[in-house]
Amino acid sequence: MSKERLLAELAEIVNEVVGLPVNEVQLDRHLRDDLDIDSLSMVEIMVAVEEKFGVATPDEIAGELETVAAVIDHIERNSSVGVA
Amino acid sequence: MRTYGQRRVVITGQGVISPVGLSVQNFWDALLAGRSGVGPITSFDTTDLPVKIAGEVTGFDPLEYMPRTVSRRIDKYAQFAVAAAMQAIEDSKLVIDDANTHRVGVLIGSGYGPTALVQSGTLTLDERGHRALAPWLSAATSIDCAAGEIALKVGATGPSGAVSTACASGTSAVGEAMRMIQRGDVDAVIAGGADNSITSFDIGSTAMSRALSRRNDDPQRASRPFDKDRDGFVMAAGAGVLVLEDARSAERRGAPILAEVVGYGATSDAYHPTAPHPEGLGARRAMQLALDDASVAASEIDHINAHGTSTVLNDRTEAAAIRRVFGDHAPNIPITGVKSMTGHMIGAAGAVELIATVQALLTGIVPPTINCDDPEDAGLNFVPHRPQEHDIRVAMSNSFGFAGHNATLVVRRFEH
Repeated sequence: MSKERLLAELAEIVNEVVGLPVNEVQLDRHLRDDLDIDSLSMVEIMVAVEEKFGVATPDEIAGELETVAAVIDHIERNSSVGVA
Repeated sequence: MRTYGQRRVVITGQGVISPVGLSVQNFWDALLAGRSGVGPITSFDTTDLPVKIAGEVTGFDPLEYMPRTVSRRIDKYAQFAVAAAMQAIEDSKLVIDDANTHRVGVLIGSGYGPTALVQSGTLTLDERGHRALAPWLSAATSIDCAAGEIALKVGATGPSGAVSTACASGTSAVGEAMRMIQRGDVDAVIAGGADNSITSFDIGSTAMSRALSRRNDDPQRASRPFDKDRDGFVMAAGAGVLVLEDARSAERRGAPILAEVVGYGATSDAYHPTAPHPEGLGARRAMQLALDDASVAASEIDHINAHGTSTVLNDRTEAAAIRRVFGDHAPNIPITGVKSMTGHMIGAAGAVELIATVQALLTGIVPPTINCDDPEDAGLNFVPHRPQEHDIRVAMSNSFGFAGHNATLVVRRFEH
């Protein structure tokens, strides 16, 4: 799966969870400062990511993911369904 | 006799979300027009249920009152409460800032609370396991969720929480809020009730208790308090929230004062899980305690907003209890049952009906009891079909709930 496709899929999840328009989910955006995604929303997003891409994300890792790019990298490196 | 006579408590703001209107003005206009908010249930499939009608809230957009992140995390009952609270605060012109935040409390009653989230969460747990449960669900499925959200949204840091006394919850919340102000705990309380008990679980279980009307083919005429042809109440949804304040601080800031809350009485029947005491002992005592608390004689009451559910047991005992408490004066009192139009909003009912009572004080118009064609007690004035004009100085609002929870409030036209 291309990085663009992965970003589009993640944007869909973010849209579903917090209602942000998909075009606001860009690689350089900070999750908390730019997109106003709080810790509870982050848990929901990462549970949806796990269901979609087979990427389990322990809480301590989730807390370190600060940007959209970091989430994408995390999915690419850990996916069990071959998104990279 | 008054126990806490020093601080007077006034109402400075009101907000309503209901099946007949999404603001105080729209709600009041609908009541005076005798418009019913009852119709076929549209929010889920009722094919297998014996009851297919309710007073649903329609046209409500939570995004007018809160961001989507909040609206998707809280049950509709809490969305209604937040919306009604925002209306009430705007109405009262109360500004909550660093200077007074710790002197403002929030008390929101609910009978059933976030039932839709509990139902869907339980199904999710069963089908997909605990990891599919949203992280905010444990907070959002508590009955104090609405109060917590309001405190968070407006930055009120006084005491906040829920009061749950079934169908009396909204009335109890206002009564307890009045006590908090009288005691001096706080100077203002955002108080009221909310419920949205229109799920397949709520309708199915309440239908099994035999308390609901099954007049599915004629929804507008299904809720008929004090009419001999009644067959149960109609489930409804909504919220009513008021801003209660210490009279002196309200006057000091030039607040619009709508009415004074002067009496509160609360009792329990300790008799049966769903039926009222057959002689209305608890109801009588609640009314008498509220009168005593207000230092008001029964003969001074100009209007009663009845609990009037449209169940045989409630209406019969309430009418008899009013006869006992008010004696010869009872036939003079316009007694209205607005549930005939709104349906029964459970935990919201008492707060919304207090707002109707305050509107009657302010305007001198008593809204009608619609569908009251053949009254339970022909000697009482149930204000059938059409509104009536009366000079109202002191009025009473009753709420009597399942489990025998009874609560009564007395309000008075405010005089300096």
